[in-house]
Amino acid sequence: MVISGSAWGSEMSLVHVTGISKQYACGAGFVRAVSDVSLSIEPGEFVAIRGRSGSGKSTLMHLLGLLERPDCGKYVLKAREVANLSEDARSSIRSDEIGFIFQFPALLPRVSALENVELPLAYAGIRRQERRARAKDALDRVGLADRVHHLPNQLSGGEQQRVVIARAVVNNPSLILADEPTGALDSRTGDEIMSLFAGLHRDGRTIVVVTHAAEVAARARRQITLHDGRIVEDIPSQPRVPGKGGGGSLPQ
Amino acid sequence: MNVLDSLQLATRALRVNKLRSALTMLGIVVGVAAVVCMVSVGAGAQAEVSERIRTLGANLLLVMPGALNSGGARLESGTQPTLTEEDAAAIRRALADVQVAAPLLSHAMPLVAGNRSWTTLVAGINPDYLVAREWQLAAGRSFTGSELETAAKVAIVGSIIVDELFEGRAGFGETFRIGNVPFTVIGVLDKKGLGPAGRSQDDVVFIPLSTAKSRVLGAVHGTTRDALDFISIKVADASAIPDAQADIEALLRQRHRIRGDAASDFRIENPADVLNARGASVRILGYLLIAIASVSLVVGGISIMNIMLVSVTERTREIGLRIAVGARRRDIRRQFLIEALTLALAGGLFGAFLGAAAAVAIALKAGWPILISPWAIVLACGFAGVVGISFGLYPAHRAARLDPIVALRFE
Repeated sequence: MVISGSAWGSEMSLVHVTGISKQYACGAGFVRAVSDVSLSIEPGEFVAIRGRSGSGKSTLMHLLGLLERPDCGKYVLKAREVANLSEDARSSIRSDEIGFIFQFPALLPRVSALENVELPLAYAGIRRQERRARAKDALDRVGLADRVHHLPNQLSGGEQQRVVIARAVVNNPSLILADEPTGALDSRTGDEIMSLFAGLHRDGRTIVVVTHAAEVAARARRQITLHDGRIVEDIPSQPRVPGKGGGGSLPQ
Repeated sequence: MNVLDSLQLATRALRVNKLRSALTMLGIVVGVAAVVCMVSVGAGAQAEVSERIRTLGANLLLVMPGALNSGGARLESGTQPTLTEEDAAAIRRALADVQVAAPLLSHAMPLVAGNRSWTTLVAGINPDYLVAREWQLAAGRSFTGSELETAAKVAIVGSIIVDELFEGRAGFGETFRIGNVPFTVIGVLDKKGLGPAGRSQDDVVFIPLSTAKSRVLGAVHGTTRDALDFISIKVADASAIPDAQADIEALLRQRHRIRGDAASDFRIENPADVLNARGASVRILGYLLIAIASVSLVVGGISIMNIMLVSVTERTREIGLRIAVGARRRDIRRQFLIEALTLALAGGLFGAFLGAAAAVAIALKAGWPILISPWAIVLACGFAGVVGISFGLYPAHRAARLDPIVALRFE
């Protein structure tokens, strides 16, 4: 297989994936959602994974986020092999290392913004007072300091997505995974959200955004294109970042 | 996420659907309420029975005139005195196990003291009766031998008489009239409370038996001056009661010249037996209701399981989200288990409260002591909790097994 990214990156990368595949039963046969994908992501990168619907980009994100187990392949996250960990071990990695942002503002209804943001900390076993303080801080950073006690249905779509972002970063994860974060928002609100991502990137966080929208992908520094479960294009981060060059696009 | 967090989550989830939660709890509420109520009522009834037996005096037998099974035609009653003082004396003399055989003759009579009057039971006794009933005097003294012999006009009165006739004065030394006969109070009885028939035992006047016969109640039993209302017998030991009962039966049949299988013209009653039988019937009814209540608890458990399954389906997305942000399977399982347990325990506590309230109402109505058994409450709530956990296990297991990807896509 022609693989991009294997030319650079190593087990010292934040994310180092080699040859992972995932197929789903579909009717009588199987559909290969992700097929023999390898890639590495360095700390601090802002990566967009592009592709049409059905290209396998969401499945790739679920694999990266340890929500799913690959059928085969290796996944090293922070120098630790995680592809075949137990359910509970993967949960605790999700809680410590990964922040999720979904297309539809996935908040618990009937629970205040603050408590929604506290959720990952609660599962990480952090004490209530510290939880509260950190959640407040995270909401403050996404500009919702005055909305902490609002319920999700009292917030606009953009505000809800900000709460989700606050929740994704509150436990200082190594990797932030966003699946169509602006998909349910109007373009102006979507822009604001993407600016937030840009800000997170400037703060040194590692972000992977899955999107089909070119203008969203354009905000990222590195763009990976997926087609039928394979990486067909990998436009690398800015050449000005030293040591990250090479590994250009290798269309089939 | 600690247990406190889970508990908070659970109460919040249950508050969202208040009506649904309340209806789900109903089976548990009814079950626990019935158990707590019946156990308390049973305990109250039992305490009441024990108390009445205690005030009756231990190991007491009563011999009463009139055959129990004479088909309603008591032919003997006019032909011979059924029970006499001599019968009592003979029982006392002949039977070693009998400590006391006390005759009693009584009738309701009007009492007058000053401008106050009161109608009550006037009973002619000798001091043996107070021994048989284990009845102490609160003040004064009992009858002396010479008072019994000379048919003195002296009386020992119950506490209600003191209140009603002497307006709460000591009573001791007061004079009053029974009918037209003047009496002097020489003693006041200790309080006894309700008797076996539910009538206060303190509403009574005791006078010497001889006085009753010759001066006050002589004409009551028209046919004979010797007839008694009953003889109270104190047996030495509880184990001796059946034998004593048979011996008394034989002795009196012999004295009354009853032959062969002719029916006795008296009957021997063990009041403790009667009371115990009544207590036992209340207990059996209670057990029956507790059995029904257990069914209700199980049905309550099934309805908890049902609603928890609905809740798991409704909250599929929430579960997916929680798993995505780091919840482990056991966190999810615990969340739903605690929710089921909270439902069951809340139902249990509410049911215990209702049951206790019902038990208090029944006790007040029946005049029983109020005895809310804390053990019944703990046990019933504990059982409700077990029901909640056992019926919550499967829904919680289902929730914990959800695939986060599917759960997140679930609309």
